[in-house]
Amino acid sequence: MNGQESFSIIGNHKNKSAVEKTAQGIFTLCAFIAILAVISITVYMVINGIPAFFDVGIKEILFGTVWKPAAEDPSFGILYVILTSIVGTTMAVLLGVPIGLLTAVFLAETAPKRLAAVVKPAVELLAGIPSVIYGLLGLMVLNPLMYKLEMAVFKGSDTHQFTGGANLLSAVIVLAVMILPTVINISESAIRAVPSQLKSASLALGASHIQTIFKVILPAAKSGIITAIVLGVGRAIGEAMAITLVSGSSVNMPLPFNSVRFLTTAIVSEMGYAAGLHRQVLFTIGLVLFVFIMVINITLSRILKKGDRES
Amino acid sequence: MIKSKKILALICAVAMTAGLMACGSKEAEAESTAQVSNETVVETKEETKTESTNAEEPKAEETGSADISGTVSMAGSTSMEKLANAVAESFMAKYPEVTVTAEFTGSSAGIESVTAGSVDIGNSSRALKDEEKAAGVVENIVAIDGIAVIVDPANTVKDLTKDQLISIYTGETKNWSELGGEDAPIVVVGREAGSGTRGAFEELLKIEDACAYASELDSTGAVIAKIASTPGAIGYASLDAVNDTVKAVALEGVEPTVENIKAGNYFLSRPFVMATKGEISEQSAAVQELFAYLASDEGKEVIKGVGLITVD
Repeated sequence: MNGQESFSIIGNHKNKSAVEKTAQGIFTLCAFIAILAVISITVYMVINGIPAFFDVGIKEILFGTVWKPAAEDPSFGILYVILTSIVGTTMAVLLGVPIGLLTAVFLAETAPKRLAAVVKPAVELLAGIPSVIYGLLGLMVLNPLMYKLEMAVFKGSDTHQFTGGANLLSAVIVLAVMILPTVINISESAIRAVPSQLKSASLALGASHIQTIFKVILPAAKSGIITAIVLGVGRAIGEAMAITLVSGSSVNMPLPFNSVRFLTTAIVSEMGYAAGLHRQVLFTIGLVLFVFIMVINITLSRILKKGDRES
Repeated sequence: MIKSKKILALICAVAMTAGLMACGSKEAEAESTAQVSNETVVETKEETKTESTNAEEPKAEETGSADISGTVSMAGSTSMEKLANAVAESFMAKYPEVTVTAEFTGSSAGIESVTAGSVDIGNSSRALKDEEKAAGVVENIVAIDGIAVIVDPANTVKDLTKDQLISIYTGETKNWSELGGEDAPIVVVGREAGSGTRGAFEELLKIEDACAYASELDSTGAVIAKIASTPGAIGYASLDAVNDTVKAVALEGVEPTVENIKAGNYFLSRPFVMATKGEISEQSAAVQELFAYLASDEGKEVIKGVGLITVD
């Protein structure tokens, strides 16, 4: 074994280069499969989603408020559906992120070891629960509770349409719980990644533990926490299975006690029986959702790059 | 890509119905108890059936129909799942050489598949549209399904008129007290746009696209689960899917029973169509035999066995 010849446990130099080349070929092939999937999905969504824009009209679809796809004189307005996705996701994030973030702080900083040993696996388990289970629990447990609240709030109302608890609030609560594991796990890693010198320095200067957490550690873990939030948004906006069961699935204004339909559930709930233009519009909804998620992902990678540059 | 989408949709649908079924294990029990009442009838007829098949067997051999082999593929309505599975099972038992496959993709998807020629039979739980017929698809009605109006079991209202039902579903009547029930808001539950059940329900009541739903669910099981768990809820579902967790109300004083639907007294009923591309006589021997089987006494027993009404 000298400087010029490398040594391989498999065999001679020739064998080794063959193995190397094959391996490289396999890696390249695998990478292409992923890229192929992204490109073909994008192309497919665009090809299937665009025609309805011409048949129905961009304005009619994106800004129409009446969704009657199977009517004699069909109308395909998805404004309320888009708004529901935006409002629902925002509310879920507003509810889920503070809880998730504080749990992360608890796990990384303040939790006694034995308690953390219980909470941490519980959070991980939460991430592994299939979304349909969240939906079923929501349907069986949350909706009846929400119905009681609804009856209390709208007692004697003539104008409110009672939803039996299947409303935006239920969906938001389910979504908030569903994004918890994402937010907790990523923010916890970010908090743990903060150099311990920062913490020590802060404590040494006389700051209390809580002051250190909020004034030093969290600001230092900012980019990781933002990543957690954006991923949480991605999860919330892309979720369908759980909320299709609890949101009521009627197209309405996204008010807390209204039965609402999200972009995802609009596709899921009607794809089975849709035909013709109706089906095309469902693909258009898919395209809108696709664009939403793309925008979120691009924002995410921007933030990550910015974070890298800062550090 | 289309295929993978469909498969994904199918998996989702299956997962959901499976989930709902699992949570409502009471449903299955209720079904079996509901069928008990029919069982005596079925049993006695089964005896005659075995006799008649024994008598027919030599004949079948003569004509050579017992030698039929091949495959029959169906796709379509989820409402027809029970019927399609039961027919497939019993038909394959009679003709072991024939393989019958059934997928449940929705009425429109089923007709689309049969139009495209990817399946032999497109199951549809609604009458075919003119444009679908224009594409060369023939409507073969094999059974009639009754739609039951269901409420939660605690509801005291037992009977609704057609007008009351219309006024509930168009959002004019909002409280059960207006209908002689308790003072509780009405939660209007229905199926999603494009569903065969919803199409049939709204068409029969002539309230197409005028319904104000508080909940639009995407499967029969979901509707029943929702009604069962929500006080004051009202919904609709195939008669044969109704179980003890919910209560079916009488319409215009007529109980939703097979006898009443057959007699034409119950106004909420719809056809189950097994659509073929071109007339039945143009189909493969296996498909022709399947339709002959459905029209036979044996086939009619199968149709009755899943809670449907035969066409005579």
